[in-house]
Parts: sequence; structure tokens; C-alpha cells
Amino acid sequence: MNSDIIQIRDLCKTYRVGKVDVPALRGVDLDVQKGTFLSIIGPSGSGKSTLFHIIGGLTPPTSGKVIVGGTDLSAMTDAARTRMRKRTVGFVFQKFNLLPNLTARDNIAVARYIGGTDAKPEPEFEEVLRLLGIGDRLDHKPNALSGGEQQRVAIARAIVNHPAILLADEPTGNLDTENSKAVLEVLRDLNRRLGQTILMITHNPEAAAYGDSTVQMRDGRITERT
Amino acid sequence: MTGKLVLENLKHRPMRSLLSILLIGVPVTLILCLVGLSHGFIEDSQKRARGVGADIMIRPKSSSMLSLGYTMPIALVDYFRKQPHVKIATGVLNATVEGVTLGASGVDLKEFDAMSGGFVLKSGGPFQGPDDAIIDEYFADQKNYHAGNRIRMLNSDWRVSGVMESGKLSHIVLPLDSLQVKTGNTGKVSQIYLKLDDPANTRATKEYLEKLPALEGYPIYALEDYTSALNVNNIPALKGFTIVIMGIGVVIGFAVVCLSMYMSVLQRTREIGILKSLGGSKGFILGIIMTEAFVLGIGGTILGIVMSYGAYWLIHTLVPASLPMVIVYEWWYIAGAITVVGALLGALYPGLIAAAHDPIEALSYE
Ligand SMILES: Nc1ncnc2c1ncn2[C@@H]1O[C@H](COP(=O)(O)OP(=O)(O)OP(=O)(O)O)[C@@H](O)[C@H]1O
Ligand SMILES: [Mg+2]
Repeated sequence: MNSDIIQIRDLCKTYRVGKVDVPALRGVDLDVQKGTFLSIIGPSGSGKSTLFHIIGGLTPPTSGKVIVGGTDLSAMTDAARTRMRKRTVGFVFQKFNLLPNLTARDNIAVARYIGGTDAKPEPEFEEVLRLLGIGDRLDHKPNALSGGEQQRVAIARAIVNHPAILLADEPTGNLDTENSKAVLEVLRDLNRRLGQTILMITHNPEAAAYGDSTVQMRDGRITERT
Repeated sequence: MTGKLVLENLKHRPMRSLLSILLIGVPVTLILCLVGLSHGFIEDSQKRARGVGADIMIRPKSSSMLSLGYTMPIALVDYFRKQPHVKIATGVLNATVEGVTLGASGVDLKEFDAMSGGFVLKSGGPFQGPDDAIIDEYFADQKNYHAGNRIRMLNSDWRVSGVMESGKLSHIVLPLDSLQVKTGNTGKVSQIYLKLDDPANTRATKEYLEKLPALEGYPIYALEDYTSALNVNNIPALKGFTIVIMGIGVVIGFAVVCLSMYMSVLQRTREIGILKSLGGSKGFILGIIMTEAFVLGIGGTILGIVMSYGAYWLIHTLVPASLPMVIVYEWWYIAGAITVVGALLGALYPGLIAAAHDPIEALSYE
């Protein structure tokens, strides 16, 4: 039980849009062990991204308990959640979200700087970059990189501070089959070789199969875990 | 790293950056030109006043240091000649030629030469007739006049008898008698200069003259006091004007940066969301925006200084006699500080907006 890096109990999240309450999560229970590669699937609007935003500390839960890496997020202030994002989680998005004005190397360096170390990444990180296959593309800006390369730079940026959890929200959603495969293999390698805990949202069952197990969401709840 | 984010962003939108810098630079140039002109005018006046070679100056009754248009009878010159320690006394009549900054002086050339050591003529010679004028090289350059030219000023025709080195009394020197007649001031002068047997007697002589009942109400200045009292702070209108221009500088810097950074923050909403998702704090985001404003402010200051040299060159080439401008280095810092403060204030609102962005909304921003 103690090796659960994520423990979620009865998590609810309601967005308020004008005067209307939009329930995005309606009682989610989820435990994730350290070192797991978990896939999350479910129809559009079922609350997958919202779950990630809460685990990643981008928004607070409305109610319920969310313990990530031993700390309870529900009691955290805005500033504390900001601090937690520096080192506990790394995000990878469908739209890559690299800073367009900076080279790949500087995109990674910004994460490192915000994470609190201005120094170059450890020598082992070179190994990670090789694994990602972007070692020779680092001095290019995002618009000179293919989608697959951009996403691999985004992955490098997400893990450069050794986060406990990597949250990938449809990382292959904007990629063709070949690039999707490359990114998924990179994620599996990171999980297998470095023991990186990964949660990945996907619409594609083939992509979901890269994970150790799969969670199905529907209407703000987890309906099935395999 | 903040520096890199800022520089890359400025480089990424060169048009916006350059326009902002240009707009911030214009008021800097305005401030520097205004200050340069007022200092130049004062320095030029001081130099010309010292060039007279007098120890004491007397101005007409109830006039003040800089007031124009007051006159006194020329007969007073003889009265002063009789006073102890006075070696030479001479009267000068002033007339404005173009605005307040360019004037002509009517002199008794013999007396004036004795007092000042004479005008240093670059070409031509002294007055030969009543309609002769000696002009200085600045005025000659400005108007492209040469010795021998016939010129028109003060509603009369004059012949340039000589061109002199600048720095004595006035840019334009005319025979006293003619100027008196042509300006309807027959028998009158605007100031009287005294040269003493020994400059060491200046104080005592001034005090002595001030006590004479006949001279009651006449301002009497030691020339050294007069020149050192000629400074920018003693001209209230100029001081007020400078403050107004400085205020305009702050407001323009503020508005330009506010607008430019506000647009930039809107355009960069998504990037701000990315930085926040990486754990960038409010302070970090605000810091980036403020740093960018700081860089724009410094850039504007530097461009403003460069442009003030352009204005300096133009003024010296086109109107050296009317507008004696100098470069006042201390004001680089003052103008820079004013501009940077305006820029930082302008960046505050957009910076706070950026810092307060909700990361999820910012990330979904198209
Ligand atoms: N910031 C928000 N404000 C208001 N409502 C929101 C917000 N974010 C999500 N929602 C709502 O919450 C519900 C869940 O959205 P969420 O984005 O988590 O779904 P999802 O499973 O990620 O969908 P998709 O597969 O389309 O990405 C939706 O009804 C959505 O409209
Ligand atoms: Mg989603």
C-alpha cells in the first residue's frame, strides 16, 4: 500500500461556468503504484484531462482526497501546488506545448531552471536524450522539428527534473502512425529502463496496450480497470 | 534564463520591439534636446558675457537680470567714468533679431575694443560706415553670410564689414549710434560695463556704487556673479517646461510599454500557461514581463541618446547661432531613470494579468 504514489479517494471536481455547475469528476477512486505505466481511456468529456490537471496540481479538487507522492493536494495553497509542479510531476500534452522562441535545448533548460537547478542536466540525461533519439536535434527551434521530434523534446523536458509522475495527455493525438509508435516506445522504454511512473490518456486502444494496465473512465467516474 | 526568455521574445517580434524602443526613445530625445538647448543657451550667454572683459555691469532702473527692453540714458556712462577705480566704461544697446535667443548689440567700437581686447576678426574689418555690422562665425554659417554681403535685419539694410570669432558680447555687433536711431532709442543704452583698475576692487566698488544716491534702483552686478547666476534653475519658465516634458516622457514610456506588453501578454497566453505548468510561479512570470519592459526602457534610452546626437548635429549644421545646443551627459542618467520607471510602471498591469492567468485556461488558449 505504501508504494502507491497516487492515492485518490472520492475525488469530485465541479467547474462553475457562469451560474451553471459542470461536474467533471463525480467520485473517482484510484491507486497507482510507483513504476506503473497506466493507460486511461474513455469518451470525450469523461473527465480524463480534469483528473490529470488535479493530479498535476494545475487546479484544486472540489472535494475528496488526492495524495500524490505522500502529500495531500486538497489542502494545498495555490503557491504550494505551483512548487509541487516543479519536481513532482511532468506534463506532456497533445499539442506538444514547446516554447516556440527557444531551441529544444533551451526548452529543456527552462524546465530545469524553473525546477531550481540552473546547471546542465546530469551526464545520465545524455543517455535519456539518446533513448529519445533527439540528441542531434537539440539546437533547433520547434518549428524546425517534426511533430514526433517535438513530442520527444516535450518528454525530455517533462522528465528532466526527475518527476515522480509523468502525465501524458493524448501524447500521440497529433502524430501519424509512425511517429506515434516512436513516442509510445520511448514512453515504454522510460518506464521499463528507468522505472518512470507514467499515466497516459489515449483514445487509441492500440496505444493503450503499451501500458501495464488500463483504466476506463465514463461520466466522471472510473468504470473499469484491467 | 529569464534573460534568455526575454531576449528571444524580443527577437521573435522584431517589429514590435523596435517600434516600442523608437516610441520610448522619442521623448528621451526631446528631454535631452531641451536640456541641451537650455544649457547651451546659458553657456553661450555666459561665455559671451565673460568675453566683454568687464568687472561690473549696470542694468537700467527696475529691470531684472534677464528682462529685455529696459534702457537708461547714455549720459550715465560719463558719470561712471568719474567714479574711483573705473578705468573704462562703455554702454551697449540690445536689440532682438530673431526670437529671444538671437540678439544684436550696438557698441562704441573704440571703447569696447579697449575693454574686451577687441573682436577677433576671421575676415573683413571693423565698421567703416554707420550701416556696417560685424557678425560672428555661427551667425555667418547659419545664414551663409560673408564679409561684404549686404543683409537685412531690424528693418534696415546693413553691410557685413567683418566676421568675428564667436564668444564676445553678441552674435551680431552694430554701431551704437545707428542702432539707437534705428530702434528709436536715441541716447539710450541697455547696460553699462565697467572695467576697473584691478579686478580685486570689484566688491568694494560695487558696494560703493550701490550707496550712491544717484544710482538708487539701478541693479549693479559683479560680472562674475551675473554669469554664475545665469543658470537653468534661475529661469522659471524653462524649469517648468522641462518638468512638463519629463512628465510627457514618463507618460509616453508608460503608455507605450503598457500597450506593447499587454499585446504581448495576450499573444503569449499559451506560453505563460506552459511556464506555469512547468512550475513557474507568479513572481517568475511577473519577473519576465518586468525584465522585458526594463530592456525596452534601456533600449529606448540608448536610442534616444543616439537620436539626440542626430538633433545636435542638425542644429549645429543649420542654426548654430540661434540654438546653441550642448550634450549634457548627466541628463542621460536622469532621462534614462525617468524612462525606465515609466516603462516598469507600464509593465505592471500586463505583468500582473499574466501572473494571474489560470494555467489550464492558458494552455487551452488558441
Ligand atoms: N476549465 C473548465 N471549465 C469548465 N468546464 C470544464 C473545464 N474543463 C473541463 N470542463 C468540463 O469538464 C468535463 C470533463 O472535461 P475533460 O476535459 O476532463 O474531459 P476529457 O475526458 O479530457 O475529454 P477529451 O477526451 O475530449 O479530452 C467536460 O464536460 C468539460 O466540458
Ligand atoms: Mg482531455
